[in-house]
This record gives sequence, C-alpha cells and structure tokens, in this order.
Amino acid sequence: MFGKLSLSAIPFDQPIIMGTGLVVALLGAALLGWLTFTRKWGYLWSEWFTTVDHKRIGIMYGILATVMLLRGFADAIMMRAQQAMAANDAAGFLPPHHYDQIFSAHGVIMIFFVAMPFVVGLMNLVVPLQIGARDVAYPFLNSLSFWLTASGVVLVMLSMFIGDFAATGWLAYPPLSELKFSPSVGVDYYIWALQLSGLGTTLSGINFVVTILKMRTPGMKLMQMPVFTWTALVTNILIVAAFPVLTVALALLAADRYLDMHFFTNELGGNAMLYVNLIWIWGHPEVYILILPCFGVFSEVVATFSGKPLFGYKSMVYATAGIGVLSFIVWLHHFFTMGSGADVNAFFGITTMIISIPTGVKLFNWLFTMYRGRIRFTLPMMWTVAFMVTFTIGGMTGVLMAVPGADFVLHNSLFLIAHFHNVIIGGVLFGLFAAINYWWPKAFGFKLEERWGKASFWCWVVGFYMAFMPLYVLGLMGMTRRMNHYANPAWQPYLIVAAVGAGIIALGIGFMLLQFAVSIRNRAANRDLTGDPWGGRTLEWATSSPAPFYNFAVLPEVEELDQFWADKEHKRAYKQHQHYADIHMPRNTGAGLIMAAFGTVMGFALIWHIWWLAIVGLVGMVGTFVARAYNTDVDYYVPGAEVEKIERARLVPLHKLIENVDPASAGQKVA
Amino acid sequence: MASQHGHSDAHAHGAHGSLKTYVIGFVLSLILTVLSFGCVMSGAVPQHLVMPGIVVFCVAQLLVQLVFFLHMSAAPGQRDNLSIGVFTLLIIAIVVVGSLWVMHNMNAYMIPSSMQMSSGSIG
Repeated sequence: MFGKLSLSAIPFDQPIIMGTGLVVALLGAALLGWLTFTRKWGYLWSEWFTTVDHKRIGIMYGILATVMLLRGFADAIMMRAQQAMAANDAAGFLPPHHYDQIFSAHGVIMIFFVAMPFVVGLMNLVVPLQIGARDVAYPFLNSLSFWLTASGVVLVMLSMFIGDFAATGWLAYPPLSELKFSPSVGVDYYIWALQLSGLGTTLSGINFVVTILKMRTPGMKLMQMPVFTWTALVTNILIVAAFPVLTVALALLAADRYLDMHFFTNELGGNAMLYVNLIWIWGHPEVYILILPCFGVFSEVVATFSGKPLFGYKSMVYATAGIGVLSFIVWLHHFFTMGSGADVNAFFGITTMIISIPTGVKLFNWLFTMYRGRIRFTLPMMWTVAFMVTFTIGGMTGVLMAVPGADFVLHNSLFLIAHFHNVIIGGVLFGLFAAINYWWPKAFGFKLEERWGKASFWCWVVGFYMAFMPLYVLGLMGMTRRMNHYANPAWQPYLIVAAVGAGIIALGIGFMLLQFAVSIRNRAANRDLTGDPWGGRTLEWATSSPAPFYNFAVLPEVEELDQFWADKEHKRAYKQHQHYADIHMPRNTGAGLIMAAFGTVMGFALIWHIWWLAIVGLVGMVGTFVARAYNTDVDYYVPGAEVEKIERARLVPLHKLIENVDPASAGQKVA
Repeated sequence: MASQHGHSDAHAHGAHGSLKTYVIGFVLSLILTVLSFGCVMSGAVPQHLVMPGIVVFCVAQLLVQLVFFLHMSAAPGQRDNLSIGVFTLLIIAIVVVGSLWVMHNMNAYMIPSSMQMSSGSIG
C-alpha cells in the first residue's frame, strides 16, 4: 500500500535533523496560523498563487530563492564548522552519512533552487518590461514553470525529514548513485526533484525565447534590445539546448535504478563514464546560463550609474553570443583526469582558454564605460565593482586549471572548490544582489535603503575572501574536497579562518534581510514617484514603479538603443495620451499550481515506490492540462477608461513634479 | 498564442503547406521506413552496413519531416526557423560527435584488454 514508506523512514535518532524539523514545523505552523488569522488566504490565492503576471511570478521566484538560500547556507555553515573541528582525534559533530548528504544537498540547492530561480525570476521581472511587452508569450506556461520549480523544492525539503537525501555529491555520479551502492531513497529524491524543476526550467526557456523573438515593441530591432535582454535571449537558448541532456541523463539513471537496466552500472556493459560525459554536456552550459544574465545586469548598472551609454554595445552582444556557442565545447575540462588522451585533453584545454577571451572583452567594456563617466557609487554599482575584482581572480584560477597538467594536481582539491565559489559567488550572486538593489523599486515602488545594504555588502565581500582564499592554499597543500575528517594538523588553522569567513557571510545575509525589512517599514519615505529612480536608459524605467499590471498603457515606439534616455533628452518622455485603447490581458489561472501539486505527488510516490499514487499524480497532471486546454475563457479586456484613470493618476502629479527639472536627470533629482 | 496582441504571426505568412507537400512528405517517410526495415529484415544488406544504413535512413526521414511537415525552408517567413534549425543541428553534432570522440578515446585508454573492446586501437 505505501511501498517502501514506513514510520522508520523518519530519522528519529538524528537530533540535528529532528531539531531542525521541529523548528521548521513550529515556524510553518505559526505562518499558516497567521495567514489564517489575518484572512490572507483568499488574497494570496487570487492575487499571487494563480497569477500569470510575469512581474509577480518573478517576485515569487525571488522569495523561493531567498528561502532556499537560507537552507543552502545552513548546510554550508555546518560543513565549515565540521571541517574546522574534525582534525586528528576529534570527529566533529556530523556523522559521515549525514555529512555526505549535507554537501550533496548544499550543491543541489544552491545551483538548482537558489541561483536558477533567482536568475529566471529576474528575467521574468525585467525582460518583458525592457522589450515593451505586456507579458510573456505564454503566461499560463510561465505560471506552470514556477510551480514545477516549487515542486522540486518541496521534494528536496521533504527529503530532510522523510527518508534521506543523496549522499553522492551534487551531480550523483554513478556507479555510486546506482542502486547497488545507494540503495536508499536519497538518489531517487535527487532524480525526481531535478526532473520536475528541470521541466519547469525548459518550459521557461522556450517561453522566453519566443517572448524575446516575437513580442518586442513596434520598431525594436534585435540590435536595439537592452544588453540584459540579449544575455537573457542567449541564456534561454542555452536552456533549451542543454536541459534536455540533463533530463535524458537523469532518465537513464532512473531506468538503471527502477527498471534494472545497465546504462551506467559496472557490470553488463554499462559505462559510468558516459553519465559523467552527459551530465557535463549540460553542466558547462549551465554555469553560463547562470552567469550570462548577471553579465547583463552589470552592463545595465554600469551604463546607468556612469551616466554614459554602454561602451561597445555590439562587441558585448557578439561576446555574449560567442560565449553561448563556446560553452558547448568545453565540457571535458571537468574530467581531464578521467582518462582521455593528450589530444582530447589538449582540445578541451584550449577551448576553455578561448572562452575566457569574450569574457575579458566584457570586462574591458565595463571599465571603458566607467572611464570618464560621472560615477555614482550606489549599492548596485558597489556590487558591480566588487564583482569585477572578484570575478577576475576566479576567472584566472579557472584558466590555470584549464591546463590539463595543472588540473591533474588540482582536480577535486579545495583549489577547485575555491575557484568555482569565486566565480559563482563573485559573479552570479554579486550580480543578483546588484540586480535586487537596482530593480527593487521597479518591482515594489520604493527604493531599498542603503545603510544596512552597505553593511551587508562589506560583510559579504570580506566574508567571501576570508572563507575562500584559505581554500586555495589548502588545495595547494593537498586537501581534497568533501572530507568529513582529516589527520593533517597543518590544515586546521586555514579551516578555522574559513569558518570565521562563513560566519561573516552569515552576518551579510542577516543584514540583507534587515535591509529588506527596514526598507519595507520605511517605504513611505523611499517611494519612487517617477518610475525612474536612477536616471535609467531602458524602457522598464519609462513606466511607473511598480509597473501597472498591463506594463505599458501605449506600447512604446522604438527607433534607437536607449530609447527612453533619448526621449528624456528630447522631452518626449511621460507623454499623456488623449485616448487609451482597451488592453487585451490573460486571465489568472490555478491550473499551473494544480498540475505542479499533482507532479509533486507523483514524484513523492515514485520515490517511495507507491505505484498507485504515482498513477493518480500522473493522471491528475495530464487531466488538469486537458481541462485547461478546453477552457476558452482565458483572457479579458481592460477598458480604455480604466487605463486612462490609472495613467492620469500617475502622470498629472508627475508632470507637476518634473516641470522645472531637466527631464534627463529628473529621476535622480526627485528621488 | 501571444494572447494580448490578439493576432498570431504564424497564420499571416501562409507557412502551412498544401495537400501536395503533405502527401509527398508522407510517401517519402513511408519509403524511408520500409527501407530501414528492409535493411534489417531482408538479409540483402551485409551485416556491418546494417547499423550505418538505419542511421542514414533515420536522419533522412528526420529532414523530410522537418521540411514537409514543419515547413523549414529558406523562404523569408521561415528564416527564424531555419536559423534555429541550423543551430540545433550544430548542437546535436557537437553533443553526438563530441561524446563519441571522448568516449572512444577513454575506452581505448582505460579498458585496453577488456572483452568489450574488440579493436584495442588507441586514439
């Protein structure tokens, strides 16, 4: 009846897990109770859970990613604490099996459920506004993508309390991840969580490629798109091309575990190396899927806060596209040591060095944009400068490891760990933090206050260097990754410094949450009335903050790059129209959420071999989709009179506000 | 769908084929399917050519379906589809050829005396 599931699946004997479970249950109950007491459920359901508005879906991605950042960071700080303690005779506080799950979960969560949702959420929030569209091409699909990502999150979180998670490392290499060596449900949680969220990501990719190619505002040519939209386009093409490979690799692994097949087993003709090959064919484009949109963020931020057009727009576009293609021919550098010959290793070593060239082009473009600019050191700009320094260091250690001979020494050492945290924290995370500070007013209508933001910034930067520079040294001293215990006393001082660094990063996270809380409390003082708080250049700043649900009352006409900047220069911005046409909008729907809920049930049932429940989940998913397909009431018109009312309420006071101010800098001075 | 614009570009360009193109595509697909089965079942094809034969007919059929059913062509309205199709081919080529190269190379170095490696050649 319940397959492999029984009460013994709950780890009652693990005080750390049960303690965490208790806290989560209490906080969850408190939240649910508060929502019920304040009667917020109806509001949440009709305004958020069923929404197809790309801006709200973007915000929900952001909340999801923030929550998962806390979970992933809790894993990180436990690892740092364990390694700071567990030298020589001391065993530390984490038993090996639990420790193995923690480093696996840390990697999976940080990549799939923090970085990816943040990046996808950011594209949701910004791309339609930048191209002057009223939503994405497939609004319902967008909602489904989000909820499928949430399904993956639910499964990963459940694995902590019911059963266990994979103890295989974040990519679940076979033969270790095969049934013979990982007989528990851990790897199954891994497989189905990633299959569900991966489906969501693939659908998002398709959605955004179509949106950017087909729904640009009248007149906007490809070479007039803002750079962030360009990077989003390349990223989504990479998603569509790369994620199916992940899906297939995981499906083959699932066939091995469920259907007794032998794609990657040691015996009967299986070949574990094929899995490693396939997973990195997805895995390397994946890191560029994460970093490219952040490069786009830095491009927007640098241009805006230097008060200049971006230096080398065209070279930026070609560099982005070049990185996109090159990212598909470097994957083997993740396994130089697996046993390829000198010719293969040399080829992939050289392609890896080549891919750093377009990245270097971008870096110089940002520097030249700043050169002789009138730079305003706001928070987004501070994150950008920190990124430029940090990412360059991480990039150089990466090129160092692109030399196969050097990689034979450094492979799977802490040097590697330091390298990829150097580029992912210094690149992706700093980029996302810059983006949060930059686009927050557009999402919520008020600016984030700077004091706690700066405290958070310094804690993150100092904490990062303290936590990861010692790891470079440890790598060169011979310490390998994922060690639960070690017998070399010379390593311990470095690991203690790294643990202190992680503690400082914890302060950075705390201050950032405080920054959000204080800003929300003081929002009346920080309102953005113009819609253009930074003196921006691109279309998202032409509409109000927060953007109305229809984004643009009249679709903007575009004739040049940085159209909004030109409009302000020529005093054409903020035009009030005599007549507003009705606006065609998609209706909210709960179908995405319901499909994802059935998907979660199916995933959970497959993990525990509860076959009848898996069938219920699948039938529910398909049935909901069919029902949705027959629903013809999926859109409506916003009457022109209502649009006029909303626009007038914004534009009449706005015109009074900027009457005596130079329009080009109206935003900065007013705000 | 692009629902809020209320019009769909796909219909405007007349990209959908005629009855004739569908019939040609259908017949070609049938012929290629029969040839694939013939490769295996007739016994007329030498053993070592069976596998390459099936692969060739399979890829040919894929192209036939792309052109006749999905209307991929160099016509102005189809440029986007064509460039995306070419990019897809590039990625597939990289993944398939690259994997074959990498895996063959590794097999040659790592399992030189295994039963599975009949060739034993290096490189």
